[in-house]
Amino acid sequence: MKKPTLNIAVTGLNAIDSPGPGVSVIRALREAASFNTRIIGLSYESLEPGIYMHDLVDRTYSIPYPTAGIDLLFERLQYIQEKEKLDVIIPNFDAELYPFIKLEHNLKTMGIHMFLPTLHQFEERNKVNLNDFGKKYGIKVPKSKVIYDLSTVHSLPSEFSFPMIVKGKFYDASIAYSIEQVKSYFNKISAKWGLPVIIQEFIHGTEFNVTGLGDGTGKTIAAVPMRKQYITDKGKAWGGISISDEKMLDMTRKFLRNTKWRGGFELELMKNKDGELYLLEINPRLPAWIYLAVGVGQNIPEVLVNLAMGHTVKPFTEYAVGKMFVRYSWDMIVDREEFEQISMYGEL
Amino acid sequence: MKLKKNVAVSESGLLFNPVTGESFSVNPIGVEILNFLREEKTDEQISEAILGKYNAEKQAFENDYQDFIGVLSHNNLIESHEETNA
Amino acid sequence: MSKQRYERPVIKKLETGMPNKFGTRTEYQPMTNIDGVPVTKLMKEYGSPLFVISEKIIRSTIQKAKKAFRTRYPRVQFAWSYKTNYLNSICSIFHQEGSWAEVVSGFEYDKAISLGVDGKKIIFNGPEKSEEDLTKAIKNDSLIHIDHLDELYTISELAEKFKARPRVAIRVNMDTGVYPIWDRFGFNYENGQAWDAINKIMHSEWMELVGLHCHIGTFMLAPSAYGVAASKLAELALSVEQKFKHKIKYIDMGGGFASKNTLKGAYLPGSDTNPTFDDFAEAISSALLNSNFKHENLPLLILETGRALIDEAGYLLGSVISNKRSSTGRRNTILDIGVNILFTAFWYDHKITPAQEFTNYSEDTCIYGPLCMNIDVIRESASLPLLNKNDHVVIHHVGAYNMTQWMQFIALRPNVVLIDMDGKPHVIRLRETVDNMNSMEKVPAHLKKFNM
Ligand SMILES: Cc1ncc(COP(=O)(O)O)c(C=O)c1O
Repeated sequence: MKKPTLNIAVTGLNAIDSPGPGVSVIRALREAASFNTRIIGLSYESLEPGIYMHDLVDRTYSIPYPTAGIDLLFERLQYIQEKEKLDVIIPNFDAELYPFIKLEHNLKTMGIHMFLPTLHQFEERNKVNLNDFGKKYGIKVPKSKVIYDLSTVHSLPSEFSFPMIVKGKFYDASIAYSIEQVKSYFNKISAKWGLPVIIQEFIHGTEFNVTGLGDGTGKTIAAVPMRKQYITDKGKAWGGISISDEKMLDMTRKFLRNTKWRGGFELELMKNKDGELYLLEINPRLPAWIYLAVGVGQNIPEVLVNLAMGHTVKPFTEYAVGKMFVRYSWDMIVDREEFEQISMYGEL
Repeated sequence: MKLKKNVAVSESGLLFNPVTGESFSVNPIGVEILNFLREEKTDEQISEAILGKYNAEKQAFENDYQDFIGVLSHNNLIESHEETNA
Repeated sequence: MSKQRYERPVIKKLETGMPNKFGTRTEYQPMTNIDGVPVTKLMKEYGSPLFVISEKIIRSTIQKAKKAFRTRYPRVQFAWSYKTNYLNSICSIFHQEGSWAEVVSGFEYDKAISLGVDGKKIIFNGPEKSEEDLTKAIKNDSLIHIDHLDELYTISELAEKFKARPRVAIRVNMDTGVYPIWDRFGFNYENGQAWDAINKIMHSEWMELVGLHCHIGTFMLAPSAYGVAASKLAELALSVEQKFKHKIKYIDMGGGFASKNTLKGAYLPGSDTNPTFDDFAEAISSALLNSNFKHENLPLLILETGRALIDEAGYLLGSVISNKRSSTGRRNTILDIGVNILFTAFWYDHKITPAQEFTNYSEDTCIYGPLCMNIDVIRESASLPLLNKNDHVVIHHVGAYNMTQWMQFIALRPNVVLIDMDGKPHVIRLRETVDNMNSMEKVPAHLKKFNM
């Protein structure tokens, strides 16, 4: 049977020190066994490296920031759709998921498929609601508190001990060792990501991540746990190894079963010295290290595309344990004309 | 007033300063003015050309022009006097 | 040959970084007319600044809200919250759409009466009601919502004096999971104050308890909080029914639904993220329908929605006075619109669009008002096209609270124009004049002359 060719748009092309998942997702799609692809990059900034990787990305369009509102994004996507006849879009940023979820129906009528969590799932897993989430689904989470203004910071030491984590609604997390630090992180983070800011109990231990895919009925389609081996000062994994930890897989399956999660995800877990697992955060999209999952036998982006296209898929049950990813950076040589094209015309 | 020698402005309005490596985006009127500056037109000639083509008040344009030149020199895109005289 | 439209020259450094909150909102889709009337024409005829209200949007919004509730709950009544916008024409539009009046002072009460509102359809809220106000309300058989015990006793005394039996409700405050709790108004649910007040009323022969009221906050973004509040009021109503065999006729959920504005500090625009009438209606109706009321005993649901019904219908038009550059090189734009007439600039990032076509070049700009006051900031940061002096701008979603909380401070207040259903503008409030202001002052004889 001839493989179909799908036009797939991917965001998150920033492969910098805090990398977006886009480039890894594209590599996975390029290796898909069930389809060929033409890849359309969607970028926010002119220096997202993916824009210039012509062996991976066929064409890139810049799109407006989520802050510009859904209408502008939709307008831009209509324009892109006219030129590119997209079959699938895979959004890879937390901050853009809200508008894409809201547009899911409209895009579908234009022939564009996505496979995203529902708005309810997306909201429920929000860091802001983590305590309730843990309670509702019987999953252990660190204690956290949502704060809206600086004046409430002073009462924190009665509820949390130092250090504590100060987190932004979408991104950013800093460890604070004093009230002064809490205040300064509060100001920094709220200026960038808005309110509220989340204060979280600091769990001492080792950090693990699980990436996977839920089909929206509670079934686990894919799950690969990883231990970070090399962590940058931004807390990003620069190297990691696939592991087989039944407890983690159990927690993942429980998460999927109970929430009926739809789409890709990454769980951030912490294991303390007593071996207890805490769920720190649920990222409602694939992680930047998703290519490790491909490398150990679970091409999650490929299956996600097939689910989006409405095909039935077989769950993955196995993966190779003990395989590592070691990340490196790579200097591309780019002509200024290309930078100019994307900067001034928004297309390359 | 003179634009620094090797500053390049493309049709699309991208200005590149090869000395500092900075890039800028310039709107069409800005590009016209930069081209006049490259041709070493005087302020009066530039003002005349712009006012002849666009619907603007002299005073308003001259304020905007000074502001524009201010941003150019702030970003070291204009030859300073010493350099021009030297 | 006609000359081209002038746009000031601009050069902007291309900078990189992760998605960043400020300076990226592209707002410059111009708005050149409102309900078919050109903005330039409006400003030429009625001056700058200028408030413009769209009757079309008001009517379609209240109809949308009514539909959201009526499709989910059998008995719904809206009451227009006067304080949100009590221009007579605006109140009348809502009354034509069937809304009752919700007032919180003697002034607002008199305004409703003078508009011809039936006293029985006025809800009298608020912590300050004078004996005179209460007397009026009792004689007109209005619905009096009691805020505190002192008021309860006053009403009881007046009722006895006039041999009347006023229809009353109590305002209840409670924990709905949203903080801070507005517990300074009414009687608290959790600590039993509310139940206590209910018992006092039920044991008095001088009052009839007809309703329960709450108003849990304003610009609420969590429909679930209304679900909690409605359940708690339902529970109180059912306890009254059980203990006194007395049916509570209505549950009044107050106002507070968020409009489509964007709160300062929010990352995504409010027009994308804020809950809709359907979301609020779903939360409230489910809570009431799922409580233990028998179907035939379902209380009337009253809503005192304010800002969500009028914000989108209001525009504030203004002009650019000057462009400046700050000492740090930032662009500052001064408008003739100050916080004295745009009070809500303190808590919203109001959407601002130009009123004429522009190229898509933009500049990150701080927008100031014209007052000689440091607090006079309309937007700390907005990405706007290259506005020239005298260019016009449209500020969106200003219909709520601005035309009531505005101040005659430094400048006079501008005209307010209503565009009717046929696209015809009407001045509904005249701009103030110096004579208007002076006519209220009296100068003692010895201060009438001076030599300088
Ligand atoms: C008792 C009462 N009802 C209704 C409202 C209207 O509220 P909103 O404009 O938030 O809908 C208010 C406003 O504060 C109020 O105090």
